[in-house]
Amino acid sequence: MSDKLLPHGHPTRAPASQRGRTAEVLEHAKALGKQIEVMIDGRAITVPLGATILEAAQQLGIRIPTLCYHEDLCLAGVCRICVVEVEGQRTLQASCSYPITAPIHVKTHTPAVRKARRHILDLMLASHYGECYTCARNGNCELQSLAEEYGVDYFRFGRMEKPRYEIDLSSHALVRDMNKCILCRRCVRTCIDLQEVGVLEAIDRGNRIKITTFGDKPLSDVVCINCGQCINRCPTGALRANDNTDEVWQAIDDPTKHVVIQTAPSPRAGIGECFGLPPGQPMTFRMNTALRYCGFDKVFDTNFAADLTILEEGTELLLRLKAALANDECGMMNDESKSRHSEQSQLQNIHKSSFINHHSPGPLPQFTSCSPGWVKFAEHFYPEYLDHISSCKSPQQMFGALLKTYYAEKTGVDPKDIVTVALMPCSAKKFECNRPEMCASGFKDIDYGLTTRELAKMIREVGVDLPNMNKTDFDEPFGTATGSGVIFGTTGGVMESAIRTVLELVTGKKIESLFDYAEVKPVRGFEGIRYAELPITEVGPVPAIISHLFKDWNWLKGVTLKVAVAHGTANAKLVMEDIKAGGKLSECHFIEFMACPGGCLGGGGQPIPTSPEIRAARAKAIYDEDRSYTIRKSHENPALLQVYADFLTDGPCGHRSHELLHTHYTPRGKYIA
Amino acid sequence: MIVETTHGSLTFCSIEPGSGLDSTLERPPANALGRIEASGLRGRGGAGFPTSLKWDLAIKSPGENKYVICNADEGEPGTFKDRVILSDFADLVFEGMTIGAFVIGAKRGIVYLRGEYAYLRSHLETVLRRRRAQNLLGKKIRGRDGFDFDIEIRMGAGAYVCGEETALIESLEGQRGEPRNRPPFPIDTGYLGNPTIVNNVETFAWVVCILAKGAKWFNSIGTKKSTGLKLFSVSGDCSQPGVYEFPMGITVAELLKEVGGEGAKAVQVGGAAGQCVPAAQFERTIAYEDVPTGGSVIVFGPDRDMLRVAENFLEFFADESCGQCTPCREGTPKLIEGVKMLQQGRCSMHYIHELCSLGETMQLASKCGLGQMAPNAFLSIVEHFQDEILGRIGK
Ligand SMILES: Cc1cc2nc3c(=O)[nH]c(=O)nc-3n(C[C@H](O)[C@H](O)[C@H](O)COP(=O)(O)O)c2cc1C
Ligand code: SF4
Ligand code: SF4
Ligand code: SF4
Ligand code: SF4
Ligand code: FES
Repeated sequence: MSDKLLPHGHPTRAPASQRGRTAEVLEHAKALGKQIEVMIDGRAITVPLGATILEAAQQLGIRIPTLCYHEDLCLAGVCRICVVEVEGQRTLQASCSYPITAPIHVKTHTPAVRKARRHILDLMLASHYGECYTCARNGNCELQSLAEEYGVDYFRFGRMEKPRYEIDLSSHALVRDMNKCILCRRCVRTCIDLQEVGVLEAIDRGNRIKITTFGDKPLSDVVCINCGQCINRCPTGALRANDNTDEVWQAIDDPTKHVVIQTAPSPRAGIGECFGLPPGQPMTFRMNTALRYCGFDKVFDTNFAADLTILEEGTELLLRLKAALANDECGMMNDESKSRHSEQSQLQNIHKSSFINHHSPGPLPQFTSCSPGWVKFAEHFYPEYLDHISSCKSPQQMFGALLKTYYAEKTGVDPKDIVTVALMPCSAKKFECNRPEMCASGFKDIDYGLTTRELAKMIREVGVDLPNMNKTDFDEPFGTATGSGVIFGTTGGVMESAIRTVLELVTGKKIESLFDYAEVKPVRGFEGIRYAELPITEVGPVPAIISHLFKDWNWLKGVTLKVAVAHGTANAKLVMEDIKAGGKLSECHFIEFMACPGGCLGGGGQPIPTSPEIRAARAKAIYDEDRSYTIRKSHENPALLQVYADFLTDGPCGHRSHELLHTHYTPRGKYIA
Repeated sequence: MIVETTHGSLTFCSIEPGSGLDSTLERPPANALGRIEASGLRGRGGAGFPTSLKWDLAIKSPGENKYVICNADEGEPGTFKDRVILSDFADLVFEGMTIGAFVIGAKRGIVYLRGEYAYLRSHLETVLRRRRAQNLLGKKIRGRDGFDFDIEIRMGAGAYVCGEETALIESLEGQRGEPRNRPPFPIDTGYLGNPTIVNNVETFAWVVCILAKGAKWFNSIGTKKSTGLKLFSVSGDCSQPGVYEFPMGITVAELLKEVGGEGAKAVQVGGAAGQCVPAAQFERTIAYEDVPTGGSVIVFGPDRDMLRVAENFLEFFADESCGQCTPCREGTPKLIEGVKMLQQGRCSMHYIHELCSLGETMQLASKCGLGQMAPNAFLSIVEHFQDEILGRIGK
């Protein structure tokens, strides 16, 4: 398993001033396995040539404080808090970005080093405006904990008397308070390197420098995709998610409101971290109890809607495949859709085509639609490809639509009194639930999106110690979902679930006969882009649930399904550019895109910090949970089949489902007025 | 404010363009490198890094597309000697670059010209054209198979920090002018990731002189660690400001005598980034091992207010800091605040010590030379002019 978020050879767009190891020479040396012995605080250690002092010290268990350094990002060397003494060097060196190329002697806590660190901290505090007790990051702030670690007990160089910058509250997803910014530029590198969005940049010089958007516009007016990856990597409270807990409390406290919450798979794999547990401790059923304790009337599992998505999106894929394979006039990427990709005619046509989408199958490859960060990324940067995106709403929104229709009918609660809350690992979901098109029932599908961090706060507020709660199940009528729904939380999970369902529906054979334990290993892992081919050698009868759409599967016999998975929008961009250039990935039938590195488990609403190890631990929790289920395939979910029998009676991709569960997209382009 | 008289006849006048190059091309590159090494030439841009060592590292660094960059960003307050060289001795600079290319195996050279010197550009382009016509640049230079080299001129945009070699390269690559982490150094990963030597205008000119007149001639002048001659830009309270050529190792007092600045109370050697030498230390030598300089000498007469001097320099740095790293970005404004407090007589002894200690941290922990040198003037003024400064306390 590779932790590398950026695929090999991917050029970072951060300027070289913010990179430590540009030297391919050093990369080569590392690859060649050349080793070198260094002394740190009198202790010897052998490291690969080109490793940094920080990496070597970490291996020895020596702690060096860092602020601008982040495991996921290229090296900046700007905060200088990590300085150490390297024998023979006139000045102190930033250990995070100093590559070891000679057998050096390093000292990590000489008087000069300690004094410098303290000064740097004092200088940061002197230009920082904010009070810890009113800060979202109180107790989880790297600046705050360093101040404690270094025993800061007064403002040596004074402090800010008043704020310098207005707080940017324009975005549904993020709040930017640059008064708390320490200019470590982790957000800048995140946005440009991990996400290839690049809305954040440093402007001006000296102490007039600030991190802002292109043109210093509010975040809602730039191409921000709301992924929140910058929040997760900000060491301070300068960036945070737009907090909805007050509104949610208000709804809970209102006796006329019926407040239901759905919980996505990733928060339960992460929330333990907010309560001091190591990453990867699933809290699913304890969290259910805690949610009831908080006062939610019903607790549902988003995985139910994930299963619903698989049926809808899988059916949509089969329809697109049929259109492309069973009759020639709708070939994959036919001439019409190719010409649409020419730059000028794009925008008008897209409106038309995404509208047509509801009625006739769109082109291949089909792209997943459950990551709202990815959807907005595509709307900005690849508007000419919107008809490739599945018209299915995300599970969150599908569930909301069902709650205010099917569930309202079934329970007799007036939909206007139902408040739908979604617990998500995601900041982009806050934007998604406010999209104007997301109110199929006449009411907002989802009223409020909560992040994992916000829920942890609510749970603490009611005085509950989550890890010690007893376990309770989800509420009816949606019951417990399947293992397929759970793995939506990790990169490759949607693809794996879709493969489990589509292959069973088409071949009539158990997926276990193709993949041990139904684990579709080729699409698992953390490689930035993964590709797999799945030959369909034989076909079975068409199952009843979709027999109104397909007569037989003969047209699929002998076809090799080609699928790909990408996570982090930097990788999404590589995939899209490959498709644009007519490369190998343009031949794919289905591609899963997740905006966040690692998939939802690495979402912008998850506990902070994040790192490759933390994400791997969360993924393990998710895959373990999948294994623990008896039903592991979406199309076998009994509650779901009940919904199709009672409510969505014209079946997957039928009329009702189109009305409630499908949507369309907005070509936004890169330039916003 | 800048005067451009040159005093005395400069060595550069006696060097015939082409003389250094032809003899160099006749022998293997290692020969030229050996002679530069023997001369003891150190970089004339300020830091004083041995030129031959830098070039040797670039030779050893693997890479097909090596670059020679001439740092003509001359932004140090009180420095104007590179301008004189560029306008009067451009041939020497280009010839030095060509020799550098021959030694390290580069195909392309770039002159990074200070934005304010844009008016020199057409003159420099004319010289380049002439040199191409003379086959001193271009393909098969002087008939040597496989030795192709040409030079282009690129303009800076007015940021002092872009004179720092890695910020200069960032700027050439179209990024914000911000210094990079070093190591790796430009000799490994310079312009567009290629091995690159960055040298000062004057350094290139001296290379030609050394190859024409011999390493022995050069290293017999100056001190053991600081050999040869150097140009100085002298300004401030003296009767004859301008550009001078002096041997390295000259004392401050000797220099003042030459420029008519005998009554000075202090001399700022090395520009804003340099040191402020008080009258009591005028016997000190200007050399890399004592008081180093990139060539700027600013004379302060008896009536100068040294706090104003410190404030001026600090404001320059606060303005020119790229804002990347904490000590420089946040530290410099704190020192300015301190100077203002001193001016108003409300800075405690305790806080002065605190600020001096902060200055030491800036020298040690800043990412690039700018932040490392920003507190120099403040620290030396506080050290040497305590009476003048503290006199105001309680006033
Ligand atoms: C802030 C800053 C500004 C600098 N400005 C210049 C400059 O204007 N010209 C110059 O030649 N070197 C300048 N330098 C030094 C260069 O970084 C580099 O050391 C020099 O160009 C190397 O050439 P040399 O070895 O021939 O001196 C500056 C350094 C710093 C830190
Ligand atoms: S950002 Fe950190 S230090 Fe600043 S107020 Fe918030 S918790 Fe405190
Ligand atoms: S939310 Fe995502 S796109 Fe928006 S600024 Fe942060 S990293 Fe960039
Ligand atoms: S907003 Fe946060 S991540 Fe970005 S520079 Fe400021 S402190 Fe660093
Ligand atoms: S020392 Fe100053 S100029 Fe140099 S990198 Fe730091 S902030 Fe920029
Ligand atoms: S952590 Fe090394 S400079 Fe910031």
